[in-house]
Amino acid sequence: MIARLALAALTRRRARTALTIAGVAVAAAMLLDMVMLGSGMRESFRGFIDQQGFQLRLTPRGTMPFDSEATVGGAAALVTALRADPDIARVGPVLGGKHFVAVDTGVVAGFLLGLDPTAQGDYRLEAGRDLAAADEMVVSTAWLVATGRTLGDTIRVAGGYDPQLRRATGERTLRIVGLGRFQMLAASDRAAAVPLATAQAMFGADRADRVSVLLVETRGGADAEAVARRLEAGEPRLTALSTEAALKFVDERLGYFRQLAFILASVSLAVGFLLVTTLVTVSVNERIGEIAVMRAIGVARARIVSQIVLEGVALSVAGATLGLGLGLVTARWLNGILATFPGLPAAFDFFRFEPAAAFRALGLLVCCGIAAGIWPAWRAATLPIATTLREEAVA
Amino acid sequence: MTSAAPVLSAQAIRRAYPLAGRSVEAVRGLSLEVMAGEWVAVVGTSGCGKSTLLNLLGAIDRPTTGRIVIAGRDVSALGDAEATRFRLTGVGFVFQRFYLMPTLTAAENVELPMAEARVPRAQREARARELLAYVGLDGRADHRPFQLSGGEQQRVAIARALANRPALLLADEPTGELDARTGAEMIALFDRLNRDGTTIVTVTHDEELAQAARRVVHMKDGVIVDDVLRRPLDARA
Repeated sequence: MIARLALAALTRRRARTALTIAGVAVAAAMLLDMVMLGSGMRESFRGFIDQQGFQLRLTPRGTMPFDSEATVGGAAALVTALRADPDIARVGPVLGGKHFVAVDTGVVAGFLLGLDPTAQGDYRLEAGRDLAAADEMVVSTAWLVATGRTLGDTIRVAGGYDPQLRRATGERTLRIVGLGRFQMLAASDRAAAVPLATAQAMFGADRADRVSVLLVETRGGADAEAVARRLEAGEPRLTALSTEAALKFVDERLGYFRQLAFILASVSLAVGFLLVTTLVTVSVNERIGEIAVMRAIGVARARIVSQIVLEGVALSVAGATLGLGLGLVTARWLNGILATFPGLPAAFDFFRFEPAAAFRALGLLVCCGIAAGIWPAWRAATLPIATTLREEAVA
Repeated sequence: MTSAAPVLSAQAIRRAYPLAGRSVEAVRGLSLEVMAGEWVAVVGTSGCGKSTLLNLLGAIDRPTTGRIVIAGRDVSALGDAEATRFRLTGVGFVFQRFYLMPTLTAAENVELPMAEARVPRAQREARARELLAYVGLDGRADHRPFQLSGGEQQRVAIARALANRPALLLADEPTGELDARTGAEMIALFDRLNRDGTTIVTVTHDEELAQAARRVVHMKDGVIVDDVLRRPLDARA
């Protein structure tokens, strides 16, 4: 009966209730989006790192992977030493730089990765096959579009280009054997991968036997952080960055985003709370006589409070449910816009749906709905019955 | 009077309200006994304390001093939860303005106090049908208050007041909102209720309603100034 009365109270003014639910839904959608934004980029980044399967990244001292053009020499010896380490299962050396391809309209520049195809986490093969010989390359879709080539084509690729002399250096004839999705690069990036030795040769003598980063997979049971500290102590030219340290670094860089998300999420919660409080208060004020009569005929205070709180909960649940859908649609739309920012990895998500976090946030909104109903409910339940009935009769 | 036990016994009750910095007494040392099966009409001019008395008798309000015993229970010092429970099962209220829940049907309005008293659904539905039939509304169970006339709404309110079989029915100006013909029908209904054994206390300005009661109590300035027994309990005609 109480649930029936609560529902009836909400359906009595349908337009008003619908507008309130719409308002709560917008607040819930914003709350959800902010929660998704708050953790989305970080978790997206973690996803990239975990997908690669390497726990450590060794870079020239004081640099981040591909943060600069810095490289470290004696790469072959370093790789050999690392592969001999009992705590290390796999080592993936990577050398990054530019490459150039002559086309009918001029020269197309792109990003070239030299790597070990048996130990790499930079691209995922989408078509063709992986690198098997020194004169083969895997490229991105944007690369194919820019050069007008297709899988199976053979092409001249340069490791350097002097625009004043219009002279290419480190040219090689390479065959396109695979189409890859370069996970840390933007979809619009013209990216190519070749075997490490090929890239070192193409970049010239100053890049011979050098690498930009060494990806390291530790053996099961080994503490990645401890291995990182040990490697750093043994090789002062290197900085060893673990996944957790990388995420911490990302956290620091994304601090402003998270603060903004937190503030906007709090505002959304407050808006939802105020909307529900306002509607329930107005609704209770309209029914104050009915409530006094219910009390007069013996309906308990707790029952009155339950009914009114139930109204707040119903509004919040309806709003949160609608807001869930609205928030996901909005997040998808915003993600589409933000993904076109230059330099961002193609699969990078600003808004990532984490069910636990999302439902926690929406649960919090529903709790706000409960809290929003408590004050008007208690006020109504504690009104002096006789006075209220007399005032209602006079009114 | 008969030897029947009093259903209601009010002893020297007073009710004072603070007003503009001073205390005003609406009921001043009033004593009243109502026997089981009686129908008492409380009459008097506006502001004489009739409605305050009714609120005190129904445990809606508490006397400042004095004692009220209804069906053997002292209701003058009950806490909120106990008073609420007493209002639910010990007394039935009929208001001048009917005060039905507009979103519930006639039957649901009658069921409301029974639902609160946790009467099983089947039982309360049967009781609601029975009561609506008793007040002459057996065809209107599914109608909402706005689909009913004033007289019909008051009948539903009476059925609701009787739902939990209270020891005492309290009615505040039950004909106050009704036209003369409907008022007469309502008086006939109260008369039938009383003849069937319901103890009733009504507060009224309606002379015809007062004349229909067995006993008429006149109030003035918060005290009883006259108490007329018009028909003894054993007089059934």
